[in-house]
Amino acid sequence: MKRRDFVGLTGLAAGSLLLPSIPGFGSGLLVPAERLLEPGMDVAMKKRLADVALNAATSAGASYADVRIGRYLNQGIFTREKQVQNIASSESQGVGVRVIANGTWGFASTNQITDEGIAKAAQLAVAIAKANSKVQKEPVKLVPQKGYGVVSWKTPITQNAFEVPIAQKVDLLMETNAKALAGGASFVNSALFQVNEQKYFASTDGSYIDQDVHRIWPTFTVTAIDRASGKFRSRPAMSASMGLGYEYLTPSAKEKIAGPAGSDVIGYKQRYDILEDVTNATKQVKQKLTAKSVTPGKYDLVLDPHHLGLTIHESVGHPLELDRVLGYEANYAGTSFADLAWKAKNIPYGSKAVNIVADKLQPGSLGAVGYDDEGVKTGQWNLIEQGKLVDYQKIRDQAHMVGQDHSDGCCYAQSWQDVQFQRMPNVSLQPGKAKLSVDDMVRGVDKGIYIAGNGSFSIDQQRYNFQFGGIVFYAIEKGKITGMLEDVAYQANTQEFWNSCAASCDESDYRLVGFFNDGKGQPSQSSAVSHGSATTRFNGVNVINTARKIG
Amino acid sequence: MAILSQSEAQAILTKVLSFSKADECEASLSGNIGGNVRTARNTISTSGANDNVSLAVESRFGKRSGVATCNQFDDATLRNCVQRAEEIARLAPESPEYMPLLGPQQYVAAPDSFSQRTAAINPDYRATQVAAGMQLCDQQKLSSAAFLEDSAGFRAVRNSKGLQAYQQRSGITYSVTVRTPDGTGSGYATADYNDASKLDTTALTATAAKKAAMSREAKAIEPGKYTVIMEPAALVANTDASLLAALMGALDARNADEGRSFLSKKGGGNKKGEKLFDERVTIYSDPTNPEIADLTFSGDGRPHQKTTWIEKGVVKNLYTSRYWAQKAGIPDIPRPNGWIMEGGTQSLEDMIKGTAKGILVTRLWYIRPVDPQTLLYTGLTRDGTFYIENGKIKHPVKNFRFNESPIIMLNNLEAIGKPVRMGGNLVPPLKIRDFTFTSLSDAV
Repeated sequence: MKRRDFVGLTGLAAGSLLLPSIPGFGSGLLVPAERLLEPGMDVAMKKRLADVALNAATSAGASYADVRIGRYLNQGIFTREKQVQNIASSESQGVGVRVIANGTWGFASTNQITDEGIAKAAQLAVAIAKANSKVQKEPVKLVPQKGYGVVSWKTPITQNAFEVPIAQKVDLLMETNAKALAGGASFVNSALFQVNEQKYFASTDGSYIDQDVHRIWPTFTVTAIDRASGKFRSRPAMSASMGLGYEYLTPSAKEKIAGPAGSDVIGYKQRYDILEDVTNATKQVKQKLTAKSVTPGKYDLVLDPHHLGLTIHESVGHPLELDRVLGYEANYAGTSFADLAWKAKNIPYGSKAVNIVADKLQPGSLGAVGYDDEGVKTGQWNLIEQGKLVDYQKIRDQAHMVGQDHSDGCCYAQSWQDVQFQRMPNVSLQPGKAKLSVDDMVRGVDKGIYIAGNGSFSIDQQRYNFQFGGIVFYAIEKGKITGMLEDVAYQANTQEFWNSCAASCDESDYRLVGFFNDGKGQPSQSSAVSHGSATTRFNGVNVINTARKIG
Repeated sequence: MAILSQSEAQAILTKVLSFSKADECEASLSGNIGGNVRTARNTISTSGANDNVSLAVESRFGKRSGVATCNQFDDATLRNCVQRAEEIARLAPESPEYMPLLGPQQYVAAPDSFSQRTAAINPDYRATQVAAGMQLCDQQKLSSAAFLEDSAGFRAVRNSKGLQAYQQRSGITYSVTVRTPDGTGSGYATADYNDASKLDTTALTATAAKKAAMSREAKAIEPGKYTVIMEPAALVANTDASLLAALMGALDARNADEGRSFLSKKGGGNKKGEKLFDERVTIYSDPTNPEIADLTFSGDGRPHQKTTWIEKGVVKNLYTSRYWAQKAGIPDIPRPNGWIMEGGTQSLEDMIKGTAKGILVTRLWYIRPVDPQTLLYTGLTRDGTFYIENGKIKHPVKNFRFNESPIIMLNNLEAIGKPVRMGGNLVPPLKIRDFTFTSLSDAV
């Protein structure tokens, strides 16, 4: 879905510059909130309908078929200052059928969840496959996948966010806004997104997989304006979107981790304290108005996990997607410098301190599911070992291209009406093995910048050259945080940057940051993914000053 | 049933309104049929088709509002949808920004925004269209990746205050990236139309193929400030953020008045009426322009009319919500669909001929905001960047990262070419001096 569609739907065009799109609202029907608590279709009924699809597809000539019967529930609550702007609950139900006929993929979807509707979609998918097979050159080859029979999986949540009364959720956001206004903010927007994907997958391999996936994302943006100078600054939330229920919003002291002394930064692990964060945000956004503008040059960077997760996402997660590596995304998302020929050269991707793991398992992560959207059980595998590239992210129709006999289980579709394809699993930097706190790390830096929170981001289509901003920036001089900086962005090359990685803090500092809106594919689809890391140091990175004068 | 006629659509909407018990009720119907096909490595990878009609009902009790939607049209479902909207409205908080529904509106005569040719597209048509480009690349031993997407449909609105609107529209978009087999050259071309018969996928693929071949063995030149010629696809993208769309997206009156826009004035107020750009910069919107015909009514029923946004470098109008227009006492103008930047008569080739030293930019990519205060954006060149010397393309150059603001860019204007359709807008190629490239990229 395009961002514009979402903004139009929620009526938030003005003042909502910061609210992203989330999949589901676009195709979903707006319903009363209680509807989100009604049970979905009985699992026996889903199995029967799935068989209708598979039989119709094979009868029409498919050599393989899978079907996803999906019910996607979303709720978004949007506020600004003292008012609720919108509360939208949506439900989207339908069936997507994917087939191989004449060695070619075909896909069709329908919201008619009847025997006739589903059979028609299956037949259309086969017809599309046959039409395309006339100009097809390489037949699709799937690595074998055994059927799992009848199985199920649920996100291990404590409290279903849809069961929390809307009034309680609105109260929390209004309290958040009140803290910002009381602290002197000029404006504040806050929002709470909740997602539940109820999806049933079946394939001609003999799998019938029922999954119930939950996600949540509380967020806000505080804005401070100095009318006299005309200057304005914003400070978004340091929350993460998570694979958790409403329990994420119950603060817990043991899930908080302080940034370095002198920084005022607090990081959050599996629980978030929105009232504490907005209080900090309000204080920091006012400091940003008068903070010193950075002197450009080389700095040692100390990057917090909320920030570093986005750099990992763009400079490691994306270049190691096998579809990009092979050229399937050339017209949109791009290709990759880390292609098969590059991998064969054994050039170090990063320093020995860089160990990066892909997984679809971490509790609380957005990637965690039992099975992917083509019925493969999920797992964990290494991408980079001690700085060396060892593997990519693959699905069933790609694995054979790199001589692998199984899929990595990272196939995903944003809804029943979109075709599934390879998407990024959680990609995480492993914490350092030696005991190292953030304060210890900062103590060793002579001239550096501590950056917390993810901000502006841009990277080229082969993932060489990138530029990242952040949320808050602090100067480090002779081992101490000496004050806030503004107008900071760093520009680097992926390989130089990861080879400048000096050390990561230990496991006690490890936490996840997540994104609801990873875009790839044409038509573009959103995927949700998390990235774990501990605070990490990179030496001698090029920092630019982003301030400009206009009119 | 995806493309309903005006009478079919209004009959459903009239029935929906008859079920309403709310103080105010507005119903809208949208329907689309369409499909897409995607290729890579000169073969088809994925494809899809869709066919959907949906109804949205907004019910209001006083200042409380609720919206429900459905996509089945039997009486029971329609009745239920209206009831759900009313339930949601009763539970909603009062909106301090409530505005009553609009009454009957005058819309400009509907332009030809719909093409039967586009509506009639089938899977065979799509396969044939992309096959033409694939064949060309097979012959030239190049590798293509392309995307073709079409849709045709309608939108109809009716409310309890007597507002009625209906229009059909269609669109088709094609984009293609061609790469040399050794990965050292890449070229891009794209086009979009209402009418599929205007689309020439072979010609577009040929352009991308030529750029791919020309961009091999790019030379690195120092980053810095350069005179650039931006092709329309470098100024507006239909897949990503872009510099000119970022500028047009920042003409919101409320953000400007609230102090959080490049249009906010020191001490309060906004910069409407001030000259902020080169005097040759004029940008307006006109829903009746046949080249970019689009809906003549906005999402909330307000008419789209010919509106001048920037005239000879002066900011003439800002768009606004109905609420903010009333509160601030300013003209009530909705955000436009497509817009038109006035240009000259020079073709891209003429502009290259008139350039002593400069860089030709095919496309910009991964454009993200850096500082909303100055509208500073960063991003990179992609798929065909060339050095121009003495009026000729001399050699390809490595891609650059830029950090630049469209405000600064439109002050450093050297020349404006002939506008072409891009992403539903009419966009001229621009020649800009002192465009800021901040680093090199090895990406091809």
